[in-house]
Amino acid sequence: MALLELDGVRAGYGQTRVLHGVSLSVGEGDVVALLGANGAGKTTTLRAITGGVRWDGIINFGGRSLRRATTESIVRMGIAHVPEGRGVLTELTVEENLRLGAYLRRGGDGLAKDYDRVFGYFPILRERRKLSASTLSGGEQQMLALARALLMKPKLLLLDEPSLGLAPLVVRSIFDIIRAINESDRVAVLLVEQNARLALELSTHAYVLEVGRVAVEGESAKLKTEESVRRSYLGY
Amino acid sequence: MQEFLQQVLSGIASGAIYASLALALVLIYNAMGLVNFAQGEMAMLATFLAFTLIEHGVSYWIALPITILVAFAGGIVIQRVVIRPVERAPVLTLVIVTLGLATLINGLAGFLFGYLPRSFPSPFSVQTVSIFGAAASYQDLGVIGVSAVVLVLVYLLLQRTTLGLAMRAAAHHPEASRLLGVRVSWMLALGWGLASAVGAVSGIMVAPILLLEPNMMQTVVIYAFAAAVLGGIDSPLGAVIGGLIIGVTVNLAGAYAPGVGGDLQLAVAFAIIIAVLVLKPNGLLGRRATRRA
Repeated sequence: MALLELDGVRAGYGQTRVLHGVSLSVGEGDVVALLGANGAGKTTTLRAITGGVRWDGIINFGGRSLRRATTESIVRMGIAHVPEGRGVLTELTVEENLRLGAYLRRGGDGLAKDYDRVFGYFPILRERRKLSASTLSGGEQQMLALARALLMKPKLLLLDEPSLGLAPLVVRSIFDIIRAINESDRVAVLLVEQNARLALELSTHAYVLEVGRVAVEGESAKLKTEESVRRSYLGY
Repeated sequence: MQEFLQQVLSGIASGAIYASLALALVLIYNAMGLVNFAQGEMAMLATFLAFTLIEHGVSYWIALPITILVAFAGGIVIQRVVIRPVERAPVLTLVIVTLGLATLINGLAGFLFGYLPRSFPSPFSVQTVSIFGAAASYQDLGVIGVSAVVLVLVYLLLQRTTLGLAMRAAAHHPEASRLLGVRVSWMLALGWGLASAVGAVSGIMVAPILLLEPNMMQTVVIYAFAAAVLGGIDSPLGAVIGGLIIGVTVNLAGAYAPGVGGDLQLAVAFAIIIAVLVLKPNGLLGRRATRRA
């Protein structure tokens, strides 16, 4: 059974319908890419999963319906969502941001070890932990958002455009770490990306959205090589 | 010189009261992006509760914590019942709601207790002790002491506990906090409770000086506004510093500036509000909008 399952999900803002029936699934430990042009509904799909937008259809996580669940309770079930713009709390220090990542955890269960591991991935955060998160660069804020999500010990990680606005080298290292997180913790990842090439490299399965519907889906390795798909949907 | 020191000290005592109420205003400003115009009236009603308890023979030092607890619960109830249904409404609606709340509480207090000013007991004697040659009253020192304890406790709660961290996160970044599992709505309610409790302390501290009646807090809340604006409307520490500066300035102006005394002292507070808004709109410690992409 899939960890996350969407079936015929429709959602929108006010009168504007953005999703017209999106169906997709993410298995345990999978990395799934969600691709598509601006405005195709990628972000809205993620927002529907964590209850940030009204939706109908079916969304199940771990076999449980998310129909009536609030954002807070969905997060408590084990979904970490790094939203568009990273959701870094710029009023707070780096350390306070990380503490909020561990907000739902009781102290004892290997938290200290997880902090060490997070600082292992992102040593810069240890150096800057006393500073206000607003002083971090874009790449460092993305690292902070990922580190914080990791401390939540999620079963599923939703990432909304982690490459946005970052230098190619920084993007590369962040994607390497996403891969490492997925491999060492068996955390499933649903990755929204504009950078289709990178996303297809990282993922095993991919969906391409077009105006609120899944236009193409398949194994990432296959989609990568299909000339027609690349040209019409992925733009490279 | 001694008289000057005395004036400064009693200014600090009034400033401590303004600081508590200003802190209450800041706590709610941070939780809903708006000043709570009913803050003074909520404090007044809590003070009446303390008065009633003491009148029925409860000792002052038991009535004080009971009142603070009830005020805390009352603040939460007000947020849940009155504010939450309109929390997504435009700012102007919220302004009207808190103004309406102020009128309602004021009328309720008048109905229950009447408008006759009553003298409120103080646990501190009016006798004085000499500090650097200045005669400091136990009353002033007591007010400073109680306020300081309350302010330090609030500081520790907000800065040193996980609950305080979640409250700050919820106030500044509700959406992002929700995604971390913080129950934002409850954190905002706790903010109201905390503000109400801190405000109640200011009411109880000021009542022995001003006499207790339903309109007691109306001038105090203006000084508190001045303090909050001066300190930076979103900064708790700024509210405290602002409160002390306002208290001392107003007191010194009343004592030494010719013609400034009694009700005209209020004009000093207004002048400070206007000067801050013109010269330094973010206040002393207010947040400047810094953002990196």
